[in-house]
Amino acid sequence: MLKEKIEKANQEAIEKLFKAQPTLTGLGTAEKDIPNMDKKTILHAGPPVKWEKMSGPLKGAIMGGLIYEGLAKNEEEAIKLAESGEITFDSCHHHSAVGPMAGVITASMPVWIVENTAFGNKAYCTLNEGLGKVLRYGAYSEEVIERLNWIEKTLAPVLKETMALSGPIDLQTMIAQVIQMGDEGHNRNKAGTSLLIRELAPYMVQTSFDNREKSDVLTFMHGNDHFFLNLTMPAFKSSLDPLEGIPYSTLVYTMARNGTEFGIRIAGLGNRWFNAPAEVIDGLFFPGYTMEDANPDIGDSVICETAGVGGFAMAAAIPIVQFVGGTPQDAINFTKSMYEITQGENASFKVPVLDFKGTPTGIDIRKVVETGILPVINTGIAHKDAGVGQVGAGLVRPPMKCFEDALEAFAESVGIS
Amino acid sequence: MSKINELFDSELKVINLGLESFSAELKLQKKQVVHVEWRPVAGGNKKLGSILDQL
Repeated sequence: MLKEKIEKANQEAIEKLFKAQPTLTGLGTAEKDIPNMDKKTILHAGPPVKWEKMSGPLKGAIMGGLIYEGLAKNEEEAIKLAESGEITFDSCHHHSAVGPMAGVITASMPVWIVENTAFGNKAYCTLNEGLGKVLRYGAYSEEVIERLNWIEKTLAPVLKETMALSGPIDLQTMIAQVIQMGDEGHNRNKAGTSLLIRELAPYMVQTSFDNREKSDVLTFMHGNDHFFLNLTMPAFKSSLDPLEGIPYSTLVYTMARNGTEFGIRIAGLGNRWFNAPAEVIDGLFFPGYTMEDANPDIGDSVICETAGVGGFAMAAAIPIVQFVGGTPQDAINFTKSMYEITQGENASFKVPVLDFKGTPTGIDIRKVVETGILPVINTGIAHKDAGVGQVGAGLVRPPMKCFEDALEAFAESVGIS
Repeated sequence: MSKINELFDSELKVINLGLESFSAELKLQKKQVVHVEWRPVAGGNKKLGSILDQL
């Protein structure tokens, strides 16, 4: 009887996910558009974490965020303010938002607005800054702040006017396309960024901005293969949020990391987080850096794997092994092994090399604990110290403890001990 | 000749369950072997195994 209830609930959950219609509707500002956001609130990736427990890159990104907002003039002032208790820190996930790596969102930051039109809920994400020395990897030098200002003053206004002319963009269809074009939607976004440029450029040229500004915007997008990541993430966030609170469902609807802990949330257990210390990433490092420099796993971008892409769609993105390590056969094996721990095959995202089979989707905590197979995640690697930035990219798994604790809590919630 | 000797005179095709080193040894001798990645339910944790039985 209980098993049937769980099966039915998981089927309902996966159908909700497959019915999702994430649609890019425009751009807004964090303070104005994100629920319960204000000047003294800073959102971050992963489960909630106190300043004292935050990792180097998250602290660095927060310091940069305070300088960008004009709340602090320098590193010292930023640390003092962060320690003072005046600033509210909260998880992006508690505000319908997601952020890659440190995932820091402050009040003035422009945000993409994505609506899941099938269910009417929204999700928000900042604009991608590129790779290397960027805020989301914990860097906060002058060039980082200057780029954030350019994003706010030029990039976002140009894109906002462009979107007003283009109208909404169907992200579900676009992501389904990019999975067949060599992207896996998390760490390889070449096709997605290219498709987005193709979609926007005809309207961008019609905006009121001068040619120099339009050219700067297109050049920036062209030079940043990860530009589309900040659209796949809110697309999946908006697609997965409707799964929260489906009684008896054992499917995972959130995975996220704050650089200190990895956290998951389960559809049948509402808003409760199950956390454990984040793992160190095995990957390829930029010249001059080694695993010794790496911070443990960080970022909300694992929302991609939660939705059945990223590491779960590696077989669709074989060239990615040159970025994260491994062989083409490894990429295929990673995808195949994920069918062991998921509810079904994705209705939209198909893998050509697997005879167009849908990607493995809907992580079931029962299957993870039973088989001992953990979700595989494609990710970037941040330096462990504040202010440095990205040092590589690789593959990582969540800690098993998150799934074991969630399973025990689920059992308790249905009267089993 | 007994049946068992016939078996060892023919080409071996082995499926190995258990210790991976058995399959590694056979591979070194250029024998065809497939190792099954088997592990006990919930890594052998009895409490979690019992919960899984009921879910």
